[in-house]
Amino acid sequence: MKKKLVNGLLCLGLAIALVTGCGRQDDNNGSTGGNTSQGDNVSSGEQSSTGNSAQGSGATGKTGSVYYLSFKPEIDAVWKRLAADYEKETGVPVKVVTAANNTYEQTLMSEIANKEAPTLFQINGPVGYQNWKDYCADLSHTRLYEWLFDKDMAVKGQDGGVYGIPYVVEGYGIIYNDAIMRKYFSLSGAKAASMDEINNFQKLKAVVEDMQSRKDELGIKGVFASTSLNPGDDWRWQTHLANIPISYEYQDKGITDTDKLDFTYGENFKNIFDLYLDNSCTARGLLGSKSTDDSMTEFALGQVAMVQNGNWAWGQIKDVEGNVVAAEDIKFLPIYTGMPGEENQGLCTGTENFFAINSKASPEDQAASIAFVEWLFSSEAGKKAVTEELGFIAPFSTFEENEKPTDPLAKEVLRYMEDDTKKAIPWNFTSFPSEQFKSDFGAALLEYASGSKSWDEVRELVKDRWAAEKNM
Amino acid sequence: MQKTLKRYFPIFVLPTLLAFTFAFIVPFIMGVYLSFCNFRTITNAEFRGIGNYVKIFADRDFVNALWFTVKFTVFSILTINICSFALALALTRKIRGTNLFRTVFFMPNLIGGIILGYIWQQMINALLLKYETTLVANATFGFWGLVILMNWQMIGYMMIIYVAGLQNVSSELLEAAQIDGATGWQTLFKVKIPMVMPSITICLFLTLSNSFKLFDQNLALTAGAPSKRTAMLALDIFNTFYGRAGYEGVGQAKAVLFFLIVAVIALGQLVLTRRKEVEV
Repeated sequence: MKKKLVNGLLCLGLAIALVTGCGRQDDNNGSTGGNTSQGDNVSSGEQSSTGNSAQGSGATGKTGSVYYLSFKPEIDAVWKRLAADYEKETGVPVKVVTAANNTYEQTLMSEIANKEAPTLFQINGPVGYQNWKDYCADLSHTRLYEWLFDKDMAVKGQDGGVYGIPYVVEGYGIIYNDAIMRKYFSLSGAKAASMDEINNFQKLKAVVEDMQSRKDELGIKGVFASTSLNPGDDWRWQTHLANIPISYEYQDKGITDTDKLDFTYGENFKNIFDLYLDNSCTARGLLGSKSTDDSMTEFALGQVAMVQNGNWAWGQIKDVEGNVVAAEDIKFLPIYTGMPGEENQGLCTGTENFFAINSKASPEDQAASIAFVEWLFSSEAGKKAVTEELGFIAPFSTFEENEKPTDPLAKEVLRYMEDDTKKAIPWNFTSFPSEQFKSDFGAALLEYASGSKSWDEVRELVKDRWAAEKNM
Repeated sequence: MQKTLKRYFPIFVLPTLLAFTFAFIVPFIMGVYLSFCNFRTITNAEFRGIGNYVKIFADRDFVNALWFTVKFTVFSILTINICSFALALALTRKIRGTNLFRTVFFMPNLIGGIILGYIWQQMINALLLKYETTLVANATFGFWGLVILMNWQMIGYMMIIYVAGLQNVSSELLEAAQIDGATGWQTLFKVKIPMVMPSITICLFLTLSNSFKLFDQNLALTAGAPSKRTAMLALDIFNTFYGRAGYEGVGQAKAVLFFLIVAVIALGQLVLTRRKEVEV
C-alpha cells in the first residue's frame, strides 16, 4: 500500500512540475516586461516629451518597449546594433527581429497575433495598408510626419489619417562595373566610346551583345549577372522590372492604379528581359536555382559587368569576400526597354518601405516606438547611423545637406535625382494587386526562361492574374 | 494489479491529457471555428458561415494539389515499403555487419526535413547541371525528386519496423515450412508476410500519413515550383493562409477539409489491413 502511495505521489509530483513548469514560463515573460519598465524610469520624462504622439501615453508615467519587425535581411546587423545603442542611451528596450528573405508578410502575420506583437512594422504601400489597416495607427500627429518633405508620399487612409510614413528613398537601375566598361570601350571596334552614349535600348543591346561575344577578351563570364528566378528570389523581375512598362502604361492613361491592365508595353519588358537572359553568365535553364545573393556575388567578384538592383545592394556587394570591384567603379544606368524618348529616363526612385505603428499595441508601446523612430531620424547618433550604416536617403527635413549617404550607389541615386534632364520613374509597383500576382508572374517568368512557356502565355497570364487579383 | 491501475489511471493520464488538450484539442477546435470566419490574424475573427469552403473550389489550386499529393503518396508508399521490406529481409539473414548496416540505413531519418530538402535540391541540381536545367524547370523533376527524397528518408525507419517483425516470426514455423518442402518464395508469401502483417499495417499507416501531409521537404525542395505544379496539399494550405491577404479563412477551411481526407483514408487503411492480420 505504501508503495502505491509513493507511486501516486510521484506521479502527482510529475504532473504538478509539468503544470508549474508551464506557469513559470509565463512568469518569466511577465518579469522581463517588468524589468524593462523599471530600467527606464530615469529617461521616462524625456521619453514622454519625444513621444508626444499617439494616445498621449507619457502621462501614465510608464514607458513601453519597442519591437520592430525588420524587412531587409541585408541590414539586420545594423538594426540590432542600433537597437542596443538606443537601449543603452534611453533604457527603452528595443527588440529587432528580421523576417527571412521574402517572408515578411508571413512573419508579420504570425508575429502580430502573438501577445508580444511587433509594435513597429512596415507596410509596402497602399496595397499593404489595405491588408493591415486594422493594425495601423494614425500617425498624422507625429513629428516624423511633420518632418516628411513630400507629404504625398505617406500612405493615407480614406478617413484622411496617415497610416504609413516612408523612411527611405531608394532607386534601382542597372548597376555596372565601370572598370570593365572602360576596358570594353578601349577595345577596337567597340560599339560605343563611353557610357554617355548608351542612352537607349538599341545602343545598350548593341553594346551588351558585342561585349558578350568578346567576354573572354574582357575577362568576364557574361555581361549580366544571373537573372535569379529561384522562387522567392524573383522580385527583381516580377516587381522591379515589371514596374517600368506598367509605369509607362499608367502615364499614358494618366492613372496611378487600375483594375484592368493592358500590359501595353509587354514587348518592352520582353526586350530587356531577353537581353538579361541571353547575355548572362548563366545558361537560361539554370536560372531557377539562382538567388539574388548569387547575382550580387558574381558582380562583386568581377565575373559580370552589369546587374539590375537598387542602391541597397551596396551592402551586399561590399561584404562579398574577395570583392574586386572598386567603390568608385560602381555606377547606375537607367533600365532602357526601347520606349520612345527614353534618352531622358532616369532611375526608378521611390519607396515601398513605410513605417506603421501597431494600433493594437499598448499606448505606452506605441509611444515608445514612435520615440524610437523619431530618435533615429533626428538625433545625431541616429542620423549618423541612418546615412552611414543603413545608407538610407531619408526623406525628412531633419537631415542637413551634408547628411546624406556616401556609398557609391546612394550617391548615384542622388545624382540622378538632382539631374533635371532625367525623369525618374515612380515606384508604381506599390499598386500591384497582391503578393500572389507577383509570385504567379515570377513563376511564369521562370517557365519562360526555361522554355516551357511562350511569351504570349506570359503576357496573357499577367493580364488575367492582374484582373483576377484586383477583383478579389 | 488491474485494480491499482484503474485507481491511478487518472493520475497517469493527467499530464499527457493536459498537454494533449492544450497543444492539440483546443487549437483544433479553434481551427474548425476559424474556418467559418473571416480574419486577418487569429485574434480578430468574424463569423461568416461556409463562404470559405465555397471559395476553396474557386480556383484549381486545391484540386491540383490534391491530385499531385495522391500521385506522390501512391508512388512513395509502394517504393518505400517494397524497398524497406527487401532491406529488412536482407538484414535478418545472418550476414556480417548487420548492425552497422541497420544503423547506416536508419541514419537519414534523423535529419530534419528542411535540411534534407535543401541537400537533395543541391544534389539534384548538380546532376541536372549537365543538362543545363534545374529541378524547378519541370514538374516531373520535382515529383521524382520528392519521391526519391521521401524514400531516402523513410526506408530506414520502415526497415527497422520490418526487421523487428521478421525477427518475431518463430523459427519453428520456418522450420516446419522447410520440412514440408516450401520454396523460399513460398515461405516468404505464405509464412513470413502473413506473420508480419502487424508491421505492414504500421508501416503502411506511417508512410501513408507522412506522405500525405508532407510539408517541409516539399517546401525546401521545390516550394511548389514551377507555377505551383509541385505543391502538395499542406504547402497549398500554407500558401493560401499566408500568401494572400483575405484568404486566411479559406486556408483554414482547406486545412479542415485536409484533416477529413487524411482521417478517412488512414482509418480506412487501418481497418483494411487489420483484417488481414493473423492471430497466433
